Amino acid sequence: MKLQTPIYGLLAEFPGEHELLVASRAVRDAGYRKIDAYTPVPVNGLSEALGLQKSRVPLLVLCGGMIGGATGLLLQYWSMHIYYPLNIGGRPTDSWPAFIPAAFELTILFAAFAAVFGSFALNQLPQPYHPVFNVRSFEKVSTDGWFLAIEASDPRFDYGPTRRFLESLGPVEVSDVDH
Amino acid sequence: MARITTTRDESGFIREPGRSYGAEVPVLAPGHTYRSVTDKITDVVFNRTPKGWYFGLAVTLAMLMLLVTSVGYLFARGVGIWGINIPVSWGFDIINFVWWIGIGHAGTLISAILLLLHQEWRTSINRLSEAMTLFAVACAGMFPIIHLGRPWLAYYLFPYPNTMGLWPQFRSPLVWDVFAVSTYGTVSLLFWYTGLVPDLATMRDKTQNRFLRMVYGLMALGWRGSARHWNNYQMAYLLLAGLSTPLVVSVHSVVSFDFAVSIIPGWHSTIFPPYFVAGAIFAGFAMVLTIAIPLRAFYKLQDFITMRHIENMAKVTLATGLVVAYGYLSEIFFAFYSGEYYEQYFIANRISGPYWWAFWALILCNVLAPQALWSKRVRTNLPLLFLIMMFVNIGMWLERFVIIVVSLHRQYLQSSWDMYAGTFWDWSTYLGTIGLFLTLMFLFIRTLPAIAIFETRELVHADETQPEDMPA
Repeated sequence: MKLQTPIYGLLAEFPGEHELLVASRAVRDAGYRKIDAYTPVPVNGLSEALGLQKSRVPLLVLCGGMIGGATGLLLQYWSMHIYYPLNIGGRPTDSWPAFIPAAFELTILFAAFAAVFGSFALNQLPQPYHPVFNVRSFEKVSTDGWFLAIEASDPRFDYGPTRRFLESLGPVEVSDVDH
Repeated sequence: MARITTTRDESGFIREPGRSYGAEVPVLAPGHTYRSVTDKITDVVFNRTPKGWYFGLAVTLAMLMLLVTSVGYLFARGVGIWGINIPVSWGFDIINFVWWIGIGHAGTLISAILLLLHQEWRTSINRLSEAMTLFAVACAGMFPIIHLGRPWLAYYLFPYPNTMGLWPQFRSPLVWDVFAVSTYGTVSLLFWYTGLVPDLATMRDKTQNRFLRMVYGLMALGWRGSARHWNNYQMAYLLLAGLSTPLVVSVHSVVSFDFAVSIIPGWHSTIFPPYFVAGAIFAGFAMVLTIAIPLRAFYKLQDFITMRHIENMAKVTLATGLVVAYGYLSEIFFAFYSGEYYEQYFIANRISGPYWWAFWALILCNVLAPQALWSKRVRTNLPLLFLIMMFVNIGMWLERFVIIVVSLHRQYLQSSWDMYAGTFWDWSTYLGTIGLFLTLMFLFIRTLPAIAIFETRELVHADETQPEDMPA
């Protein structure tokens, strides 16, 4: 892979959630767009501070559920009424009320698949390698570390000034992130 | 910015401004930080294996071997080794199926419904109860399959294009059951795993062992706690909870349709779906307590599974127990009110027939014993509470015995009346699935965080007073 930039970016660690939120807004206000924050717990308001879009998971789940429900109903209608009609006591073969339970279960099943695999896909997981893992202190992210990254591919990124800017926001430490 | 800021007072109680509180036990013992919470929970996995664990696993593995033997013998000889006969063609296998699947339901209730209701006390017990759900469904799923005369043809139940040109009969509750139980198992697994991903990342970062780091790392999928990740993750988790809630209600309703859609006296009743769902939650909470009480003592997790959890679970058990008792009463009333000869005979036979002891033992276990839970002193007395939960576990098994065996053994024709009793192989298969369940539980506790770490961190989070200028 041809690397466009000498490093992946800069990673700043902050002492707490509040400091991270303030810094995130400052970085975004300064015009940086290729930014991301890393936290041990979901933080209220952090997506807004970073200017992230609303999650598209609900739309995927809705589609998954509708596909599941349609699959269930059509499968049963086709197999019970068209392809393999069973005459049981002369009852109608297109007995849709009896098709509800299986169609309902398939609705839930497909919607759940959409929620789980859709959110993984939107998050680009599984992704075993990511440059931020190269920073030694980053292992704290899953315990009590609060991090903010600016990627070098951001058009406004300029190593010296960006680093000084991050340092002015009161971080514990600013590290270079190797590719 | 209208947001509710929860804080904790000096003894660690969560407080919302403008609400009055009685003396409550906190959901997380005071004084914990992000790091201490993480360490304490991961230590259960990373510390040296306690001797008691080996002992426990040895016992449960022995029971699991009993299952393997029983099922092996069953496959060699056929269902004739069981006590089932005509008319009682559903015996222990279906009793155990319904019992296990019911136990699973509390796990989904705790993890999904209580999440939607913002019951924060669910946090430290949800992982454990989700695991319980998963293992209980695994045990439950076995029974209908091994009950088949030719279990190797179980896949015929799934709709797939085949050379025989056959399709399953979709109007049969037994086929609905296949869909309900397999969906339930799959969604429970997905929900459980999704909840585990951030915690697996914690395990990956905490372990010193290279091999374990690789294993946990692979399972964590490269989770790095990015704001983008959390954004999608939280939405997915919430939606999964929303999907699981109607699912859990549908599953036991479908299980009850296996009975209610037939015309056997005592089965053909509209009370069955709600009464089965309440019974499932009742049985499930009893089982969560049965597991949680010894677990928290053994691994010293009293800081996380506090008396607040124990008491709340006892209260839910009591409440659902009352719903179940109402179900019993309404069955008797409807039999009387129907004016139907067979329905009335069946109730009289249930109460005073040859299986009277099962009915009265059921009333003792499920109706009378849980009444002790009205008393706070009983709810906070762990050995006594454990004993009552054992009553409920047994009572719920008896309930299914009464529903299945007592209804079947005296049907419409006197010429086909018969008695039923489980044989050695019935009992050994049942004990064997308990072995399977406990073995999986033991392995789970030693290899994965049994308490949701990141959600517990969020409880610590509620501790810190949030600054005024925080964006909401």
